[in-house]
Amino acid sequence: MTTLTDLTLYEAAALLRLGKTSSLELTEACLARMEALASSLNAFISSTPEPARAAARQADEGIAAWRKNSSLPLHPLTGIPLAIKDVLCVQGTRTTAASRILDNFIAPYTATAVQRLIEAGVVILGKANCDEFAMGSSTENSGYGVTRNPWDTTRVPGGSSGGSAAAVAARLTFGALGTDTGGSIRQPASLCGIVGLKTSYGRVSRYGLIAYGSSLDSIGPMARTVADTALIFSTIAGHDPLDATSMPTSVPDLSKLDGAGLKGLRIGVPKEYFIDGMEKEVETAVHEAVRALVALGAETVDISLPHTEYALPVYYVIAPAEASANLARFDGVRYGYRATEAGLWDEYEATRGTGFGPEVKRRIMLGTYALSSGYYDAYYGQAQKVRTLIKRDFDEAFKTVDVIACPVSPTTAFKIGEKTDDPLAMYLADVFTLPASLAGICGLSVPCGFDGQKLPIGLQLLGPAFGEDKILRVGQAYQQATEWHKQKPPL
Amino acid sequence: MALTLEEVEHIASLARLRLTDEEKARYREQLSAVLDYMVRLKRLDTSAIEPTATVLPLRTVLRPDVSRPSLPPDQLLANAPAAEADMFRVPPVLE
Repeated sequence: MTTLTDLTLYEAAALLRLGKTSSLELTEACLARMEALASSLNAFISSTPEPARAAARQADEGIAAWRKNSSLPLHPLTGIPLAIKDVLCVQGTRTTAASRILDNFIAPYTATAVQRLIEAGVVILGKANCDEFAMGSSTENSGYGVTRNPWDTTRVPGGSSGGSAAAVAARLTFGALGTDTGGSIRQPASLCGIVGLKTSYGRVSRYGLIAYGSSLDSIGPMARTVADTALIFSTIAGHDPLDATSMPTSVPDLSKLDGAGLKGLRIGVPKEYFIDGMEKEVETAVHEAVRALVALGAETVDISLPHTEYALPVYYVIAPAEASANLARFDGVRYGYRATEAGLWDEYEATRGTGFGPEVKRRIMLGTYALSSGYYDAYYGQAQKVRTLIKRDFDEAFKTVDVIACPVSPTTAFKIGEKTDDPLAMYLADVFTLPASLAGICGLSVPCGFDGQKLPIGLQLLGPAFGEDKILRVGQAYQQATEWHKQKPPL
Repeated sequence: MALTLEEVEHIASLARLRLTDEEKARYREQLSAVLDYMVRLKRLDTSAIEPTATVLPLRTVLRPDVSRPSLPPDQLLANAPAAEADMFRVPPVLE
């Protein structure tokens, strides 16, 4: 019999319904593999085995009742173990945002996206590692040590959702939640050879998410197949009155993803996403993936997104500016770490100076500068206007194409330590994911090949805002025709 | 454009961050390099462009003005570094 942890989410769900395995069995298999690979990967900050076992037993009761009476409701995710990025609150569970400033924080309530999974009967295995406050592209900024890439443990898994991506790739879990502010789901999914969906801004409630850049933050699923990703997506998506930026828009039925060909589909290929300095093997793999989509009936259209090169400077003004405001709440008064000093002002400065890590302080400094008197118009005001131009590029493109195909990242996974001393070089890892974040549209990372060192390469499919069904359908057709997502890291 | 040490100290003070001398020197260098990169934003004429603060069409979402249950004080104080009699304890603000 196949190893349980090698099953896809859909396969595991099917076996549960047939009574051929139990949620507890799946959960124990995941927990055992998490423990076995804890020191080599460091994918989790906290594991929660006892609540996981309790949830699994409850799911097994639900499944047993359903097997006796199939008219009872049974959510397809019932009994499935998943991991949660440690920026999402789970009541009663330590939630650190990978920051020492929240080292002892126990969340008093549960994020809506997680709550919807719990209500569906999901088993939560633990809290996945990430860059501190989701700021980073390599998971090296975690206060709890770097996560290692399962394909080559001397390399980063990408970031900031690197723990979630590594856990999914290494078969520690059947799927995970990540968050994407500038590429933090898509880029690690690409570098770890899995599927990651950045949802449209406003599609998934941010209630209970520790905020980074509030006009950009989005929560989304990561899994090994597009179908698995779509199932988690449709469970967490939809309006939530607890998030004022949650859109009251209906969620499409994604249960019929299979079978559809791509005849008549128009795929835009933007010339600005194939640039000097990107790895040749990445470029080749993405072009081949586009040819595979054409073979499935799609037609390609050469398009231009002329303001692409401005996305990086716009993002690194807007996101740090929002972060500097959001992270003002960490003052050592209501929760988190406090450095005790005689006066309040000294205590604030000491708490924040020692509680935050280097990249978080760097972004708070950058954002504070961009918002400070005399510089606001030149940086923040100008960045907001250029953001309008970037959004218009996509609005124009989606008048003529259904989806856009491009690379996720200009390179495959880089070495641990390679970019840590050069923030700008690190920021450039996000150059192909930032524009979609600024426009608030959706994007999917799908495995589309390997480089000569057997490191995964990702295809990025971008869709219009609230057009997740379009990119998931294309991704599903691609995975039905290719085998890249079935490759397993050598662990 | 190079940031001065005084500017770095001013920003750190605005952000309530106590930095070591070594951090000040490093951030001065790194932030100057990042800000140099940002200069390209000024190349674009945006005089006729509206700023984007949010990509959503939603504006001023309101909820019904009715009370609903909230977390009890003991749960909210459970994470506080110091608490006393249902209050957060802080150092003196005024001497």
